[in-house]
Amino acid sequence: MVADGTTARLPDVTPVQRITTWVRTNLFSTWYNTVITIVLLYGLANALVGLAGWIAQAQGWTAAFTNMKLILAWTYPNDQIWRPQLAVLIVAALLGLSAGVWRGVVQLVTIGAALTTGALAVPAVGLPEFAGTVGLPSWLVLAMSVALLLLGIPLGRRAGGWLRWGLIVLWIAIYPIIILVVRGGIGLPVVETKLWGGLMLTLLLAISGIVLSFPIGVALALGRRSRLPVIRIFCVAYIELIRGVPLVTVLYMGSLLLPLFLPGGESVDQFIRAMVAVTLFSAAYLAENVRGGLQALPAGQTEAARALGLNVVQTTFLITLPQALRAIVPLLVGQSIGLFKDTSLVVIVGLIDLLGAAQNVVGQPDWLGTPGGVWRETFLVIAAIYWIFSFTMSRVSKRIEDSFATSRH
Amino acid sequence: MRRSLVIPLAAALSLIIAACGGAPAAPTAAPEAPTTAPAPTAAPAAPAATTGRLETITARGTVICGVNNNPLPGFASVDASGVYSGFDVDFCKAVAAALFDDPSKVEYRPLSSQDRFTALQTGEIDVLIRNSTWTLGRDGDVGLDWSPTTFYDGQGMMVRKDSGITSIDDMDGATICVQTGTTTELNLADVFRAKGLTFQPVVFPDGDQTRSAYDAGQCDGFTTDKSGLVSSITLLSNPADHQILSDTMSKEPLGPSVLQGDPKWADAVNWITYATFQAEEYGITSANLAEFSASEVPEIRRFLGIEGELGKGVGLSNDFAARVIKHVGNYAEIYNRNLGPDTPFNLPRGLNALYTEGGLLYSPPFR
Repeated sequence: MVADGTTARLPDVTPVQRITTWVRTNLFSTWYNTVITIVLLYGLANALVGLAGWIAQAQGWTAAFTNMKLILAWTYPNDQIWRPQLAVLIVAALLGLSAGVWRGVVQLVTIGAALTTGALAVPAVGLPEFAGTVGLPSWLVLAMSVALLLLGIPLGRRAGGWLRWGLIVLWIAIYPIIILVVRGGIGLPVVETKLWGGLMLTLLLAISGIVLSFPIGVALALGRRSRLPVIRIFCVAYIELIRGVPLVTVLYMGSLLLPLFLPGGESVDQFIRAMVAVTLFSAAYLAENVRGGLQALPAGQTEAARALGLNVVQTTFLITLPQALRAIVPLLVGQSIGLFKDTSLVVIVGLIDLLGAAQNVVGQPDWLGTPGGVWRETFLVIAAIYWIFSFTMSRVSKRIEDSFATSRH
Repeated sequence: MRRSLVIPLAAALSLIIAACGGAPAAPTAAPEAPTTAPAPTAAPAAPAATTGRLETITARGTVICGVNNNPLPGFASVDASGVYSGFDVDFCKAVAAALFDDPSKVEYRPLSSQDRFTALQTGEIDVLIRNSTWTLGRDGDVGLDWSPTTFYDGQGMMVRKDSGITSIDDMDGATICVQTGTTTELNLADVFRAKGLTFQPVVFPDGDQTRSAYDAGQCDGFTTDKSGLVSSITLLSNPADHQILSDTMSKEPLGPSVLQGDPKWADAVNWITYATFQAEEYGITSANLAEFSASEVPEIRRFLGIEGELGKGVGLSNDFAARVIKHVGNYAEIYNRNLGPDTPFNLPRGLNALYTEGGLLYSPPFR
C-alpha cells in the first residue's frame, strides 16, 4: 500500500524496480531492520512449511471427509436423504431466480454461493456412499445447485413482475415448505426431529431463531415504549429477565424444567423446545436493538407524521419503524451471526448440532491409531463451515448498509 | 415513581427465575450434594400414575435408550453411516433384543451429563446406559434404580511404556498431570498418602490441557477414569508409547439405570443384564447358541427358555436370554467387541471378569 502511494508518482520505473525499492526502503533500510526482516522471514517460512506439511500429511482430513454425512445431517435416515437434498435444491432455485429479479446484493450472494458450492462439488465426488441410501450423490446435488443458482439469474431477469410477487410469496412460505420436506407428513414418511442433527440442525435452529424472534422482538420493543403501563411493565420485565440470564439457563429451562412441569410421558419435541428457547432469548436482545433504533430517530419524524394526520399505528409502521430497522441492520446481522454460533450450546440439552457431530467424529474408535487424534482437522473443517456462513452474513450486511447509504443521499 | 419500581421488580424476578433455572442442574451435576430441587419429588409420581413402563415400551415397539452425547470411544459413538456402536450401546441393543427379538428396535437419545437423569425422571427415556456411576445419592435423592454394574471403572494411571513403571508403587516422587477440582485430584492424593509415596501434581482446569501436558512430556503420569484414559490414548501423538497401569484408585461402577418406582421394568433390565453375565459363565455365545439349544442340561434349558417359564416372572418372554445372546452375544463378546484385545483399546478385563476368574461379575441363579 505504501509502495503504491510513493511510486505512483514515478511513471518511468518498472514494476521490478518498484518492488525492489519498496523492499529496500521498508524491509532493509537499516541493519536492525534487516536482522528483524530475516528473523521474521525465517520464522514465517518455517511456520508455512510446517503448516503446508501438516495439511498435506495430516491423516485426520479423512475423518471429516468420510463422516461428511454425519456432519451435515447426523442420523437422518439414509433412505430419506433425498429430502434434505431436495430442500437444498429448492433454496438454490429460489435464490437463483431472486438474483435475476433483484440483482444487487442478492446476485452477489448467489454468485458467491455458486462459486463455493462449485468448489465443494469437486472433492465431494469421493464422498463415501452408504448402503440403502436413496438420494443423489453429493457432488451431483452440489453441481445441480450451481446450475440452478446460475441459470436462475438470466431466467429471473427475463421474467415479468409476476415472478417478483411469486418469489416474495415463496420466500415467505419457504420455511414451512422446507420443514415439510425435511420432517415429512402429508404423504411423506415422518422423520422425527430426534434424528436430525449436524449442519442441518444448526441451520434450521438458527433460521427459526432469527425469523421467529423478529416479530416478537419488534413487538417487545414497541411495547416497551408503550404508554400503557401494563404492556410496558410486561415488556420491560420480559426483556430484562431474559437478558439477565445466559442462553444456557434458558435452554436448561426449556429442556429440563419444562418437562417436569408438564404431565409425564409424551412431552414436547426436543427440537421445538430448543427452538422456543433460542427464539425467546433472541427476541429480548432484538427488542433492545430495535428500541435503540427507535430512540435514535429525531422526534420531528413522529411529530411531522402526526401533523400529517397519521394515527399511531400508521406512524409506527410507515414512519418510525422502517427508519429504525434500516438504522440497525448491522446490529441485526451481528445478532444473527451470534445466534448462528450460539446454537452450538444445544449440545448440552441433548441435541447434536454441527459441533456435536464433529465431537462424535473425533471420538470414533476408527481414529484410534491416528497419532495426535483427528480433532485438529475435524474442528478446522467445522470452523470453515461456520466461517462461510458467518462471513456471508457479514458481507451481506455491509452491502445492505452501503446501498442504504447511497439511496439516502 | 412507577418507572422507578419497574427496575427493581424486574431484577427481583430475574433473580428468582435465575435461581429456579440454576437449581435443577444441582441433582444431576453434583448428585452427592443433598438437594431440595423439585425434580426428585415431582418425578416418580408421573410414570407411576400411568401404565407400567414395560407395557408402554411394548406398545411403542422401541426402547428409548439414553446414551452419551459426547462420545466415549468404545462406549458409545456413531459411525460414518449413522449407526450407533459401543459397549453401552450393546446393552441398549440387548434390552431391545430381549423385548422385541430385534436389536435395532432402539431409539438412541444422546444426553449430556447434566440432563441425563432429568431425562429419566421426566420419562423421556426408558433406560439410561451412559457410563453413569452408581452412587448412593443417585440411587436415593435423584430417584433412580440401578441395574447390575456392567463396567467397573475406576481411576487409573497412564504412563510411558519406556518409563519402567509397572504399578503405582513405582511412582514415588513422580510428577502427575491431573485435572483440578475433580474427585480425581483428591483420590490421587489419598492413594499416594495411603501408600506413603510422594508425588508432584501438575494441575490444569481442563481435561484437554491435562492430556496435552502429559503428551508433551511435562509429567510422568496422567490420571483420570480408566475409560477416560482409554479414549485419551486416542488423542496422544503416539498412542503405542503409552500404557494404562492395572492399579485402580477409586470405585466407579457404571451400569444401566431406570427410574425408581417401577419395579417390574427395573427387574426386566436387571435380568437382561444378568443374562449376559450368566451366558458367559455357561460359555454360551452367539456362535454356539444352536448347540446349547440342543443341550439336555436342565439349567441351560431353563436359561434359554426351552423349558420352564423363567422370563414370564419378570415380564419378559421365556427365551429372552437366548434372544440377547443371539443378537448381541454374552458379556465377553460385548466386551471384546468394543474394548477387548481385538480393538485398539485392548483394555484388560480386570474387575470386569467373571467371579470365577477373579472379577466381580456374578449373576444370581436363573431358576
